[in-house]
Amino acid sequence: MTQEVATQTEQVVPDHWEPKIIGFLCYWCSYTGADGAGTARMKYAPNVDIIKLMCSGRIDPELITTAFANGADGVLVAGCHIGDCHYMEGNHKTMARMPLLRKILDELGIEPERFRHEWISAAEGAKFAQVVTEVSESVRKLGPLNWPQMLKDRGVGHGMDLKPWGE
Amino acid sequence: MGDNENSQATEKLKVGMYWAASCGGCDIALLEIGPHLLDLIQIADVVFWPCAADFKYQHVADYPDGYIDVCFFNGAIRTSEQEELARLLRKKSKSLISFGECAIDGGIPSLANLKTVEGIFDASYHNTPSIDNPDGVEPQPITLVEQGELEIPVFYQQVLRLKDIVQVDYEIPGCPPQGDRVWEAIVAVTGGAVPLTNSAVKVACFDKSVCDECPLEKKLEKIKEFKRPHEVRPEPDWCLLEQGIVCMGPATRSGCGALCIKGGLPCRGCYGPSGTVEDQGTAMVSTIASLLDATTEDRAKELIDQIVDPVGTFYRFSMASSHMKTAR
Repeated sequence: MTQEVATQTEQVVPDHWEPKIIGFLCYWCSYTGADGAGTARMKYAPNVDIIKLMCSGRIDPELITTAFANGADGVLVAGCHIGDCHYMEGNHKTMARMPLLRKILDELGIEPERFRHEWISAAEGAKFAQVVTEVSESVRKLGPLNWPQMLKDRGVGHGMDLKPWGE
Repeated sequence: MGDNENSQATEKLKVGMYWAASCGGCDIALLEIGPHLLDLIQIADVVFWPCAADFKYQHVADYPDGYIDVCFFNGAIRTSEQEELARLLRKKSKSLISFGECAIDGGIPSLANLKTVEGIFDASYHNTPSIDNPDGVEPQPITLVEQGELEIPVFYQQVLRLKDIVQVDYEIPGCPPQGDRVWEAIVAVTGGAVPLTNSAVKVACFDKSVCDECPLEKKLEKIKEFKRPHEVRPEPDWCLLEQGIVCMGPATRSGCGALCIKGGLPCRGCYGPSGTVEDQGTAMVSTIASLLDATTEDRAKELIDQIVDPVGTFYRFSMASSHMKTAR
């Protein structure tokens, strides 16, 4: 019984591909900042899907790997500046988690540009617009990540569908 | 031990065990049930166990479907041979049990997912000082010789878990699983206390983390410096993590009785992610980062840089079960 090793196919960027970026924003600062950017009718890239959480300290690194593993091309994490946390020191945890997670993502072969961590206050709508535009441009340059397809090509979930031994 | 050809006691249970990508420690761990091994032989016949008895694959292929009552499968799936055997044993077994961390979460072999196949072959057959391979020969799935074709199993792109290939009924975690727990699980499955078929239910362990069984005391102090286990003699009765020794306890399933910690070493995470955790590594990122004694970003980064090989440490036993499953 012979079976070709599934080789990783050359990545083809589809014609109308747009980067899909998941933005985890804290409720008190960054989401309000994003809201401000919208209210002020600032122009920014439409590629970030925002998920609002009560605190950036709630952004479990597990959420970020879930996003990447399920097909996000990039992830943006934003919270209150250090010292501004509504819950006193929720963002101190974010401050330490994100660099450690970045180390892990680097080793897994995810380019650093795909993962952005910023402090955005409620008054910094302009910064939010700028960060979103920057992150979607840098992800656009890198092309799709498409983790689920890669896992599928490598046989996760179904193996190589070989018949049982002896058949 | 019974042979399939002259087994007289047909009413006895039929038990099999197979090893795939594993070290063989799980086969030995089954012997760790000690005197209960005699009890096991009282109630069951071994019909397949490459480590201990001389059965050929053809014997198994000749069994009728569902002939084996309980089959323990240890080891991850790296080659086509292992996948074929996984599918064969699934067909021939009423209950297929992932035995040990490699079959459940990929275990140590799945750390190879951090490297490419080319990199692995390069290290194994070319660029290692002890290798003498002037012609640069690499194993090929098919080799043509005078007598015909020679075939060896295909090496896959990455390490897979048993449940990536076939449906699994129960999982006994651990590297290796603890003997007492294993015997409890065997009694439960063979004694009919639980159904033979199920959906990858974890047995012989608990849902809570190792901290739940750990005898050490937390003093609610923050980590001021990271140290490796060989560099320091830890203070007794004080949480190792708070002493700056990376201990996987908070993210790891309990059931071992905190054996390593009682022996003065940090938990290595061998029971895989605990019941409330999907991804052991990121759970550990979350835990460790929230314990740092840092109020500025620079200080946090300085402390983080002291952690040696975070991926290899946090995902030591569960890379194939993590969200990302592999490096690119």
